[in-house]
Amino acid sequence: MPKGTGWRISLIAAFVVLSFLYLTPTLASKLPSWWGTFLPKDKIHLGLDLQGGTHLVMEVDTQKAVEGSLDLVATDLEDTLNSKNLRFKRISRSGPDKISVVVYEKGTADTVLKLIKDKYPTYEQSPTFDEGGFVAMTLRVNDKDAQDRKDKAVQQALETIRNRIDQFGVSEPTIQREGINHIVVQLPGIKDPQRAIDLIGRTARLDFKMVREDISPTSGTIPDDAEVLKEKSVDPATGAVTEIPIVVQKKSMITGDLLTDAQVRIDSQFNQPYVAIEFNSLGAKLFDQVTAANVGKRFAIVLDNNIHSAPVIRERISGGSAQISGNFTEKTAADLAIVLRAGALPAPVNIIQNVTVGPSLGQDSINKGLYAGLIGVLLVIIFMAVYYKLSGLIADLGMLLNILFLMGILAVLGATLTLPGIAAIVLLIGMSVDANVIIFERIREELKLGKSPKAALDAGYDKAFLTIMDSHITTLITAAVLFQFGTGPVKGFAVSLSLGVIINLFTSLVGTKVIFDLFLHQGRVKKMSI
Amino acid sequence: MELLGKTHIDFIGKRNISFVLSSLVAIIGIIGIIQIGRGAANMGIDFSGGTAMQLKFSKPFLIGDARSALHKHGIDKADLQEIKEGNMLLVKMAGAAVGKQSEVVQTAFKKELADNPFSVESTTEIGPSIGDKLRKDTLIAVALSLLGIILYIAWRFDFKFGIGAIVATIHDVLAMVAVFYLLNKEINLLFITAVLTIAGYSLTDTVVIFDRIRENLHKNLKGAMHNIFNNSINEVLSRTIVTSLTTFVAAASLFLFGGEVIHDFSLALLIGIGVATYSSVFVASPIVVILENRALAKNVQTA
Repeated sequence: MPKGTGWRISLIAAFVVLSFLYLTPTLASKLPSWWGTFLPKDKIHLGLDLQGGTHLVMEVDTQKAVEGSLDLVATDLEDTLNSKNLRFKRISRSGPDKISVVVYEKGTADTVLKLIKDKYPTYEQSPTFDEGGFVAMTLRVNDKDAQDRKDKAVQQALETIRNRIDQFGVSEPTIQREGINHIVVQLPGIKDPQRAIDLIGRTARLDFKMVREDISPTSGTIPDDAEVLKEKSVDPATGAVTEIPIVVQKKSMITGDLLTDAQVRIDSQFNQPYVAIEFNSLGAKLFDQVTAANVGKRFAIVLDNNIHSAPVIRERISGGSAQISGNFTEKTAADLAIVLRAGALPAPVNIIQNVTVGPSLGQDSINKGLYAGLIGVLLVIIFMAVYYKLSGLIADLGMLLNILFLMGILAVLGATLTLPGIAAIVLLIGMSVDANVIIFERIREELKLGKSPKAALDAGYDKAFLTIMDSHITTLITAAVLFQFGTGPVKGFAVSLSLGVIINLFTSLVGTKVIFDLFLHQGRVKKMSI
Repeated sequence: MELLGKTHIDFIGKRNISFVLSSLVAIIGIIGIIQIGRGAANMGIDFSGGTAMQLKFSKPFLIGDARSALHKHGIDKADLQEIKEGNMLLVKMAGAAVGKQSEVVQTAFKKELADNPFSVESTTEIGPSIGDKLRKDTLIAVALSLLGIILYIAWRFDFKFGIGAIVATIHDVLAMVAVFYLLNKEINLLFITAVLTIAGYSLTDTVVIFDRIRENLHKNLKGAMHNIFNNSINEVLSRTIVTSLTTFVAAASLFLFGGEVIHDFSLALLIGIGVATYSSVFVASPIVVILENRALAKNVQTA
């Protein structure tokens, strides 16, 4: 054997064995149980464009989270002032980061100022000022706290969404934060994407509010402490939606964060699904008090600012369990139970990107992509064998090694194969042949100058080396940039392309060369088949 | 086997024809880019924001019926495209709010084409803020990769070759835009990917020829530029053709058998491979000849 052949052959053989090892989990439908203990388990993942699924980018409306916490502070302040018998005219959120407090006299104002300073030391307080004859003051949340609140809201939203998806049951979901207020969710192979999207995107804020029968929703003057909400009902026969406006107390008596559980049950009498909810001890106590004090009045169950139903309280309900019934299918009841269990989102989320691919289209793409790839490979193999004879076959072998190594590395990295990724592999077939074409054409020229096969081979490889390096590096530059700036499928393309280019350098400069060397090393070959 | 024996084609001498042809293509390409910048070209929703859906109906339908069904439900500005194979319909609505339009489309067809049930094969909804970010990222990507390549060529060869290579590459990019613009094909992220790939491929092609020219320039310092360039191109001509052919064959099989999703992508690759091969012979090399001759003339004058 010629010098330096041994290590090259061993290297290639080692790579071939490793590639097959790493590809086994991807190719085998079922692995023996001992495999995972000391052999690689990672496999090439299929992108959502190939296996079907949903890719969502959501934007958390973090400003709403800050406003929400200010609303809570305002309510808390009201309660505190009431319990201390301090009379006030109005306490409400005024603007995105402020609460304004209006009281009747200067004396009360001073007490309130001091109280606020003790209770909410981090808030920026304005001195009192006159507002239409009353004494007013404002409370401003400082920028750092607001930022913290926003940050926490995104974190909470992420946790809540993860929780919901887990309960909904999706295999291998990806849920991650991106940038300041974006959450990216990937749900591979999902059957009913619209249902999942509705489930994830829903704020699911549950409030119990008293109905104000004394005010007509059509009357122009709604007092400050009340609001008009709508009760939507869908006629199951015609699908027509009717909206009934109802005036409710603005302040919630009980909120959804006091729940400990929510389950779907079937009403034995009407065979209708409903959602049974359980309160925690505080919730149970509140529920008991509210129902006891309001027997005969209507209690509105408000979901995301829409009234779900407004039943009459028939009797005091103690024990902390209640039910939400009406107009459910089994699916909608199950989804409501999930969102109530997983908790409300701290702020509304907006879906700003949704790419959904159905499973049949994905399968179709894989089939067609593989089919196209196979035809491409075959045509190129035949062409090379005809055009360069035996040498062409060696180049074909190099190309097949290229594909094998590339798949192997993709498996090692646990990379994701997308449709453009398959395209990159097919393109690579063409380019992997290029390196050999450059070398072969050189060898032909050297042979024409009358050199021996061995000398022509060495000269061909030497002279082609720089050309091949130059041409591969330019491709690598574009691939790197594509990787840096691409998203999703484009990134997959860049990964396949750049890995392919590097592997191709190895197979064409080391891989095929060693085969030629083996054939030609003793100089017995008088004529080269090229 | 050999496709061509020893050739003696006067490539450089054809530069008047090729320059006119290339300028024409480049001008159309520039118009195309201006239109893209104005948003007047057929932009994919990944850049414009909006909703795109692919629906598969259970039996053939009339595109007019589909259009009027959407119209009845308040969707007037939809772009409809029919794929006969498999009774597919592509619906594209630019600039629509995420989450609303796709539901409206489904209710519209469910109601108006009730006798022809369908399934949703894919839905893509992109909010306008994402489109903006993507457009910005893409511009940066294109600029950066061109810059990286100029620097590399300028380092490996000299400045005159760098200019030739970059002009040829820009020419190829413009030609791809020109064809897509004239065919009114969609400009989307996959098209940009194809353009950047071809930019890399075109350089590869050019670099191989430049390598040979450089080698021959070192060997033969006295011959006329014109001849050295022509000989070099002729010497590597079979490599140029064989490589283009194999890559073209691979891309063509993607185009013919790869399915709807990458159809336009592989079309862009096919155009690109063709143009890139042409430009490395007929654009890049003649430009370097002109620049080299100009430099020589200057040297003679000063001497």
